[in-house]
Amino acid sequence: MTYVCLTDADREEMLKTIGASSVEDLFRDVPAGVRFDRPLDLGDPLTEQEIVERLEELAGRNVHAGEEISFVGAGVYDHYVPAVIDAILQRGEFLTAYTPYQPEMSQGILQAIFEYQTVICELTGMDVSNASGYDGTTVAADACYIAKHATGRTKIVLAETVNPQVRQVVRTYAPGFGMEVVDVPHRDGVTDPDELRAAAEGAACVIFQQPNFFGCLEPAPDLAAAANDAEALPVAHVDPVSLGVLEAPANYGCAIAIGEGQGAGNPLSYGGPHYGFIAARAEFTRRMPGRIVGETTDVAGQRGYVLTLQTREQHIRREKATSNITTNQTLLALGGLINLCWLGPEGLREQAETCMALAEHTKGRLELPLLFPEQTTFKEFAIRVGRSAQDAIREARTRGVNPGYPVGRDYPGMDDAILVAVTERRTLDDIELLAEALAE
Amino acid sequence: MKLVFEKSRPGRRAGRVPRPAEVTPPAVPDGLRRQRPARLPELPEIELVRHFTELTTRNFGIDTGFYPLGSCTMKYNPRVNERVAALPGFRDLHPHQDEDGAQGALELMHDLQEMLAEITGLDAVSLQPAAGSQGELTGLMLMRAYFADRGEGDRRRTIVVADTAHGTNPASVTMAGYELQKVATDPRGNIDLEDLRTKVDESTAGLMLTNPSTLGLFDEHIEEVSRIFHQVGALLYYDGANLNAVCGISRPGDMGFDIVHINLHKTFSQPHGGGGPGGGPIAVRDRLEPYLPVPAVIRDGNRFRMDYDRPKSIGKVRAFTGPFGVFVRSYAFMLAWGRELRTMSEDAVLNANYLLARLKEAYELPFDRLCMHEFVLSARNLKREHGITALDVAKRLMDYRFHPPTIYFPLIVPEALMIEPTETETKETLDAFSDAMLAIAREAAEEPETLKNAPHNRPVGRLDEVKAAKRAIVRYRFEDHPDLSAEPTAATAGEGPKGV
Amino acid sequence: MAAPESYPDDLLYHPEHDWARIEDGEAVLGITWYAQDALGELVHFEPPEQGATVAKDGIYGEVESVKAVSDLISPLSGEVLAVNQKVVEAPETVNGETYGEGWLIRIRLADPSETESLLDAEAYKALLADQ
Repeated sequence: MTYVCLTDADREEMLKTIGASSVEDLFRDVPAGVRFDRPLDLGDPLTEQEIVERLEELAGRNVHAGEEISFVGAGVYDHYVPAVIDAILQRGEFLTAYTPYQPEMSQGILQAIFEYQTVICELTGMDVSNASGYDGTTVAADACYIAKHATGRTKIVLAETVNPQVRQVVRTYAPGFGMEVVDVPHRDGVTDPDELRAAAEGAACVIFQQPNFFGCLEPAPDLAAAANDAEALPVAHVDPVSLGVLEAPANYGCAIAIGEGQGAGNPLSYGGPHYGFIAARAEFTRRMPGRIVGETTDVAGQRGYVLTLQTREQHIRREKATSNITTNQTLLALGGLINLCWLGPEGLREQAETCMALAEHTKGRLELPLLFPEQTTFKEFAIRVGRSAQDAIREARTRGVNPGYPVGRDYPGMDDAILVAVTERRTLDDIELLAEALAE
Repeated sequence: MKLVFEKSRPGRRAGRVPRPAEVTPPAVPDGLRRQRPARLPELPEIELVRHFTELTTRNFGIDTGFYPLGSCTMKYNPRVNERVAALPGFRDLHPHQDEDGAQGALELMHDLQEMLAEITGLDAVSLQPAAGSQGELTGLMLMRAYFADRGEGDRRRTIVVADTAHGTNPASVTMAGYELQKVATDPRGNIDLEDLRTKVDESTAGLMLTNPSTLGLFDEHIEEVSRIFHQVGALLYYDGANLNAVCGISRPGDMGFDIVHINLHKTFSQPHGGGGPGGGPIAVRDRLEPYLPVPAVIRDGNRFRMDYDRPKSIGKVRAFTGPFGVFVRSYAFMLAWGRELRTMSEDAVLNANYLLARLKEAYELPFDRLCMHEFVLSARNLKREHGITALDVAKRLMDYRFHPPTIYFPLIVPEALMIEPTETETKETLDAFSDAMLAIAREAAEEPETLKNAPHNRPVGRLDEVKAAKRAIVRYRFEDHPDLSAEPTAATAGEGPKGV
Repeated sequence: MAAPESYPDDLLYHPEHDWARIEDGEAVLGITWYAQDALGELVHFEPPEQGATVAKDGIYGEVESVKAVSDLISPLSGEVLAVNQKVVEAPETVNGETYGEGWLIRIRLADPSETESLLDAEAYKALLADQ
């Protein structure tokens, strides 16, 4: 077997030192009644070459984004992932390191996380970010947990235009938190601030998404104001790429900003691993879940970095912790950091503008009615195809184009609607092929 | 070393995206438009690469050297796993792809589920949870749903947790809305059965336990423990952090556990990445299967699909079907071992016992038994005789080019050092580590100052964690970033648990 | 930096390692030498609001060190009259001046007879000896 490091001679010597007669003898404390006494029903051990062959065969049966022209988004996006990311993340000193509990051994990871925390704060306008959450759905649950302890209230208000998976995850966590969830339905593809205000009465937090799941721009400052008026914490779920052109949530009254980081620096990878981000105003620093890196000095006065405020976390606070998260998504978050450094402020703005420009152009070329024609959109928009969206998608795929996500899967009365995402990876030729594929 | 922001210069940039001239971006409405750009760094690509490369030189991974963090299972992360995870058919596959365009991915997940069911001795698996602690929370939610379905929801209020448990266990209990009941450990390192019997009754929902425990000891009475809970209709949850000790030797399902989470980033070689990603799939007994997260990945004839029709499911704990890239790596790892997986656990246990035999004279051994894949020593003798603590030992090990073991955990052992070598270490490495630990014990007597001032050979000396917590500088502040070197520094670092 | 171990005779003590100095229908509250020694250097004090009500044996705030966060248990019931801003700004004051400048809050007593259930210095020291 490939990963064995001991020879039989080694084992003999070691057993002698231990004073045991055999390896079997080392398991003498395992009661006979729980011993597993047959071989595991797994296959033969494979050589590396055979492993690669097996995995290539499986991979070969998937239709990936390089094999069809893909306009699928709905929470996960085919943005360009630059080569420098892997060049760094594949280095063993990062890839194979543990959580940086011994800071003198881990200044590389610690400083990188500090830099990541800084860029997330810069994008969102907030004062504190953690080192990452699992994904864009669980950070919404994290925000509700913060809000419960900060306000003492138990009602969560969710805009219906928030990603359905985010809402589903919040609903899964809420009962254990002792919280209840209320939805605010969309009005023509966006959220009405007055309706939100009414629902927010007595709420711990209000979560809305910008741009929302339909790709539409919400009246975010008004939604935040409505939440603040009800003394509920406004929580904005934001697309990091959009923050190249859209205002930072802290600057229009939000208490917490969350989101899915995948579009900024991670490959699609069939849904994971990715990273969620969560950032908040300074007053919530000690309520933040997960890991936080802080700056300090060593005995010689040299600047260095350590995990800090760890007493809030599970491993010291135990049953009173701010959350139970230990292993998070550090490597993916570092991918996000490298991506944002590679783009820089100009690059991020240009990427956002290119997406908007191409999306607008696509609307024009498709000549199909928009689901929400009155709304301004960012990089995604929904069209009506006049027949079953699932059928239209299936047919388009036979022509090598995947036109998007069938919105009717999550929202009633929209079975003829497709959510089309246009990133900077789509060319003008791609868009022509989409138009042809959808034309009847 | 400078922060990337301190290297930034206006007008420099690394990457660009294509900007077709034929299209123009529409204006963002007033009130929504960004007023000032984020202060992201402006550097050319070479400076970016140098910056991050330099950061890696200030970090230590398994690839660098021995990393015996107890309960973390720091084994070799095979490189072939990286190669297969990067295959475009996996890496560039959109999670919303139609099922007929994702059959390879779905089959991989289904296969992995079956392998985990076999290893754990249970019936059904969900790969959705993103990490062990999320698996724990999911497992507790399953318990809640199960009891609610039986009309026992209001009655079942407490979860019993061992006093040696990892901090995630009690934290998960709170997040799931349960109350915590702690049970003591007896002098042999097993759960104290007498204490347990007073803590379990009709209001108990279940037990959360890892076996072997965080002491590295297999609970000799696990069958009786299981009976005590099942007798009152409660469930048993297995924290899979220590599964590396027992694969192919004893299965959690056979020990009596009803729900198990597995840490793919421990037992099954997913790289830790400096703090994640991980994977925390859960395996359950048949009667808990209906409550598993949605969607389930199932076989339908000779095709694979996602089943959303699960009316009793607890819902969703994470987006999509879970961290798929992690599944690819663990799957490849398990293919390498196949049915010989037992050798992995045997060597892990052998390596740990070898280190234990070499070190138990120089340090205190709280429980005089053979260990499993890890063991706990106490540096209490060094503290008593020379004023040297577990923290000092850990910092000095860095000078010998080893990553320290876990310290100050489990909480019931003072000056604890929890050591887990894993199976992927040669006897030479184990001997070198033992020699270093013995040398440090001698240094404690002969030159304690060397230990007190360690580490000497790392990029930084001991860091002031008190200052970090007090000042809470958690981001770079551009114009007004404080200079902490101007403020006094405390010499001692915090003596809290490190490594779990 | 921490003062030597002491438990002044003029104070009353709560088994959860909190002290009270009774002054004319009011009480000044803090944590004992034992508590600050177990926690290590304090880095943060989370006080109650002025005017808030605290209950005997209830939690009125938190102190935090690098090692742990600890709830503050009130030995007596009452209304919060003052919070020691010095400790908010420099939590380590509690380590050095545990019974003096390191006081945490002052309350107006709701029920002065509650003091009868507290321990005197000898009884508290005896409790510590048994720990």
